[in-house]
Amino acid sequence: MVEVNLQSNILGANDLIARKNRGIFRDRGQLVINLMSSPGSGKTTILERTIEKLKDQIKIGVIEGDLYTDEDAKRIEQKGVSVIQINTEGTCHLDAGMVAGAYDKLAQPLDLIFIENVGNLVCPADFDLGEDLRAVVVSTAEGNDKLPKYPLIFRQSDIVLVNKIDLLPYTDFSLDRFYGDLGKINPSAQVFLVSGRTGEGIEAWNDWLLGEVRRRKL
Amino acid sequence: MMHELSIMESVMDTVRKSADELNIHRIEKIKLVIGKMTMALPESLQFAFQALARDELFSGAVLEIEERDIICRCGGCQNEFPLKNAYHFVCPGCGSRDLEMIQGNELYIDSYEGDED
Repeated sequence: MVEVNLQSNILGANDLIARKNRGIFRDRGQLVINLMSSPGSGKTTILERTIEKLKDQIKIGVIEGDLYTDEDAKRIEQKGVSVIQINTEGTCHLDAGMVAGAYDKLAQPLDLIFIENVGNLVCPADFDLGEDLRAVVVSTAEGNDKLPKYPLIFRQSDIVLVNKIDLLPYTDFSLDRFYGDLGKINPSAQVFLVSGRTGEGIEAWNDWLLGEVRRRKL
Repeated sequence: MMHELSIMESVMDTVRKSADELNIHRIEKIKLVIGKMTMALPESLQFAFQALARDELFSGAVLEIEERDIICRCGGCQNEFPLKNAYHFVCPGCGSRDLEMIQGNELYIDSYEGDED
């Protein structure tokens, strides 16, 4: 019997590719955002509104993660930007290798790339894709308990988008409680209150994105 | 659950590669260290391992998982303390939210045991 001391990082292979991705994105001065949320919270709709407003000012590309379909990619394609679909065939998250493959197929040059992850608040949090920033969407219709139930993804995100803010009067979602919870989990997160449906709050989000894109071009 | 499946696939790939190099033909035990912040559930990892460990190399092997609590160091008062619940990143000593997580993100293979020819 032999004992082998491995001390080997389980996601080491993923992290290695993620580091390579990050180097490429940095060299090209591209802002890359990993967009995560539970299913149905409105990631794709937020992207549609964002692209409509920004596509004449900067070049945007989208990597769409989905279990089996290309529904979301079709919606993004109609907005006239470069989009590559990744079907994970049942896997509940994107990994750095999938993103590297899709990135190679995107029509360059690009200033801003969104990676829309598979709708899931657990698994994507453990997989570094090489992104600059992580954004998580939570919608008012989901209720307040998403933050305490899935703290890791909120802890690790740079940006929290509260979507469906137009529905606030019709739900039990409390913004006070949201800010209280987020203050304990991740006090430095940047928060945007938006509605993908009405477009409310999208301008502030877009202005912030433009600022971040310009910062990387300096 | 699929998340634990990916993690176990990665574990078994790594162990298989190492065992090949060392001429180890049967694995007796694999020991993982998993921090509680990773949200990888030990029961799901065990289930994934049972589902994947079908070949000769792994059949009969035991998966041992050491869970690590989340421990933070406070940037305000330098106090080190375990986080009681996973979402309350506030120092119990001074109330500061400037915390550094010094344990709880672990996700690695510590060691494995096996038999050579």
